Amino acid sequence: MKFEQIRQILNAQVLCCEEIMEDEASTEAYASDMMSDVLAFVTDQTVLLTGLVNEQVIRTAAMLDMHCIIIVRGKQPTPGMIQLARQNGIAMLTTGFNLFESCGKLYSSGMREGG
Amino acid sequence: MTDDALKFEYDISGENFASAGEATMRIKKELRSLGFSPTLIRRCSVAMYEGEINMVIHANGGVATVLVYPDAIEIILEDHGPGIPDINLAMQEGYSTAPDAIRSFGFGAGMGLPNMKKYTDEMRIESELNKGTTVYMKINAE
Repeated sequence: MKFEQIRQILNAQVLCCEEIMEDEASTEAYASDMMSDVLAFVTDQTVLLTGLVNEQVIRTAAMLDMHCIIIVRGKQPTPGMIQLARQNGIAMLTTGFNLFESCGKLYSSGMREGG
Repeated sequence: MTDDALKFEYDISGENFASAGEATMRIKKELRSLGFSPTLIRRCSVAMYEGEINMVIHANGGVATVLVYPDAIEIILEDHGPGIPDINLAMQEGYSTAPDAIRSFGFGAGMGLPNMKKYTDEMRIESELNKGTTVYMKINAE
């Protein structure tokens, strides 16, 4: 699945790193608002879904070499966060769906839990 | 033992939680340019990042020293915070003394020290009440 397909499934807006949208994405995703859990349980490059909006979300993703963060519930990251994501080559998307709906849609499309 | 190591030292500011992790981001870049494997870099990054977060939350910052050997990375985190009264208790998953405000940043779930142990080959904590804490971690190259 390409990042672009994930974007379409979630009707998401791309906030940075549009250039990777045609790249192949991981087929695994992890959803959490607890960054310590993400750091504890994610072992491979997955897509991160979260309702949390602050710099530590980007750093957590960067530590784990993730390429894509999806912010749910229509939240808008600050320009500083978008810049930090861009610096680290992490595509940041925002969707109006909540975390439960977003996970359900991606699961129905074949994505599975990464971790 | 430090003669053949590359040494990096970073001041960790305790003033702004939003900036926590900047030192780890810098060492991650250094390790990448030195050609270490992504797995080793990820293990070092998570362990040091959790440590950095702890130093900011509990100790008003400190100093991180990273010694890079051809076959291992050593990370030494020193702070002059309040110290850890019961290290065994602090090592338990889910035990946390972090203030509620930190939870809104996605941390403070009592996973920091267990995560650091999980991702390292050796970890040692020396702590004295009202003096500070030193965390020593070693990650072997595979």
